[in-house]
Amino acid sequence: MSGLKTLYDKIWDSHVAHEAEDGTCLLYIDRHLVHEVTSPQAFEGLRMSGRTVRAPEKTIAVPDHNVPTTMDREEPGTMPEDSRVQMAALDQNAKEFNIHYYPVNDVRQGIVHIVGPEQGWTLPGMTVVCGDSHTATHGAFGSLAHGIGTSEVEHVLATQTLIQKKSKNMKVEITGSLHPGVTAKDITMSVIGETGTAGGTGYVIEYCGQAIEELSMEGRMTVCNMAIEGGARAGLIAPDAKTFEYCKGRPHAPKGTEWEMALSAWRELFTDEGAHFDKSITIKGEDIVPSVTWGTSPEDVLPINAVVPSPSDFPQGKSEAVARALDYMGLTPGTKLTDVEIDTVFIGSCTNGRIEDLRAAAKILKGKKVKDGMRAMVVPGSGLVRAQAEEEGLADIFKNAGFEWRMAGCSMCLAMNPDQLAEGERCASTSNRNFEGRQGYKSRTHLVSPIMAAAAAVTGKLTDIREFE
Amino acid sequence: MKKFENVSGVAAPMPLVNIDTDMIIPKQFLKTIKRSGLGANLFDEMRFNRDGSEIADFVLNKPAYRSAEILVAGDNFGCGSSREHAPWALKDFGIKVVISTSYADIFFNNCFKNGILPVVLTKEAVDVLMEDAERGENARISVDLENQTVSSTDGTHFSFEVDAFKKECLLNGLDDIGLTLQKESSIDHFEATHAAKAPWV
Ligand code: SF4
Repeated sequence: MSGLKTLYDKIWDSHVAHEAEDGTCLLYIDRHLVHEVTSPQAFEGLRMSGRTVRAPEKTIAVPDHNVPTTMDREEPGTMPEDSRVQMAALDQNAKEFNIHYYPVNDVRQGIVHIVGPEQGWTLPGMTVVCGDSHTATHGAFGSLAHGIGTSEVEHVLATQTLIQKKSKNMKVEITGSLHPGVTAKDITMSVIGETGTAGGTGYVIEYCGQAIEELSMEGRMTVCNMAIEGGARAGLIAPDAKTFEYCKGRPHAPKGTEWEMALSAWRELFTDEGAHFDKSITIKGEDIVPSVTWGTSPEDVLPINAVVPSPSDFPQGKSEAVARALDYMGLTPGTKLTDVEIDTVFIGSCTNGRIEDLRAAAKILKGKKVKDGMRAMVVPGSGLVRAQAEEEGLADIFKNAGFEWRMAGCSMCLAMNPDQLAEGERCASTSNRNFEGRQGYKSRTHLVSPIMAAAAAVTGKLTDIREFE
Repeated sequence: MKKFENVSGVAAPMPLVNIDTDMIIPKQFLKTIKRSGLGANLFDEMRFNRDGSEIADFVLNKPAYRSAEILVAGDNFGCGSSREHAPWALKDFGIKVVISTSYADIFFNNCFKNGILPVVLTKEAVDVLMEDAERGENARISVDLENQTVSSTDGTHFSFEVDAFKKECLLNGLDDIGLTLQKESSIDHFEATHAAKAPWV
């Protein structure tokens, strides 16, 4: 064995609290993020067994999935009873177990994966878990971050560890630079298009290469966010000067001499030259084009200038799924994707609900109007993103264009709150999943980048951003 | 967790492949704060009409299978999301054993954490048991975890593999947290060293 290590090896090795003979490890968890949907049964379990939260100072709770995004959301009666009960349970558990908590009326409230980095809870080299598959987002900081089930949430609450076996390691390199109009969202969707939704199963992915280095922290979070859609357990990007700059001064980032100490530790977080990966793929940044999904799986992705595929383009097995997806989506093979008319635009989610996403979308919308009859909505990822967008004048651009300007939450990403599509409605969405029923019963979702969503709102069709104007 | 005991009873046949977690428990039932009570909504969209009335020809609505303890299912059972509500719903309904050729990874693990035994058998064996299960109350399938066998009504035995550690946990009703807490001193030790190296964590 060479002594050369990947970034994943380094983080893993520095968090093994116990290793059994068969290689099963107790992995120490540095940050545990909690939201209202997957945690009540875990806290109930603690209570029933007379256990407590081992490290409340490393545990952060925020409601996001159920919260309404209308201004009146703190009024009684804006939520259905079952949502209210779930929110009340989080409120009670956070207080009873004394964990950090950002309730609905706190300006810092937002989607858990946006709040963590924003508050400086997520830092390079950490292990981060949450009862939510998109925990992969935090990998953008060079932290090992993945989703867990509710029993595991309880396990982490009680022991601050997780029972784990090490995954395989895959390198995804994006060389060169992106063309104008191509975004982090297009990178991550293209990778899934290349590998399929099961291509990453059993792996932790490290994204690297010039195009990744050139992304902002927001863009890197978008890339890692959708690692899970490729089946991977987690996505990782080595931290660099941009990462450190982003972390510096955040409320829970280290200060003073601890900051210096942290910096020198974080500078060691890279994959050693020549270290072993179980699998590697390379994609040229110049080859990536603005992308859109046409089906009901994130792997159903194509360049925006393509046409709707036919089931016969696919091998047996997949072809039946394609036929079903096209039927569900109401699409005819051979139709140009840019001819597909939409009626709704959703900008938000933990994939694309950060300030940079809103800036990019607002730039497209400045001085323009949403097409008549369309419903368009911006849901900032957190209260702080919302406040900053208002300060920068972005909110006015959205409102003047005809967008609804909402409060922070998951919203129409999974439609667990009142923001839902009606049966048969078709949405250009900046979120991450286009499953059947995801945005409402019989809803139709096309995943796109924020600038493509903005352009679609103006034209009323899926639009090639490179030809927009 | 309750100890897993041998099961001998009626098995419900569900030959469909790729039964996903959305079918097992649709997302509108995730808004609960309890592990219990989800059995009422197990397979909700297959089991009930939109007005709440039962769909008569769904297997679990047939008199013979209303108290089934075993499910014999098609390939890749439990694919989809990581929601643990899926095994909770099965368990709450009274299902103690699932028999299939394959399972989605997370669902498979979640079963063990909730006292459900997911048995993996060959296609041929599953076909035999599926046919047996079709006979409703006239059939009785037995599952013996200790000896790792499933027996059909006519006494044919099928052996299955199971991870030794997982088997022990099920048989003794051991939960992961209890086991991990036995290693608490390792965690304490690690935490102290870790804090010295990275005090900002
Ligand atoms: S925004 Fe969507 S994907 Fe992200 S945590 Fe919320 S529901 Fe999940």
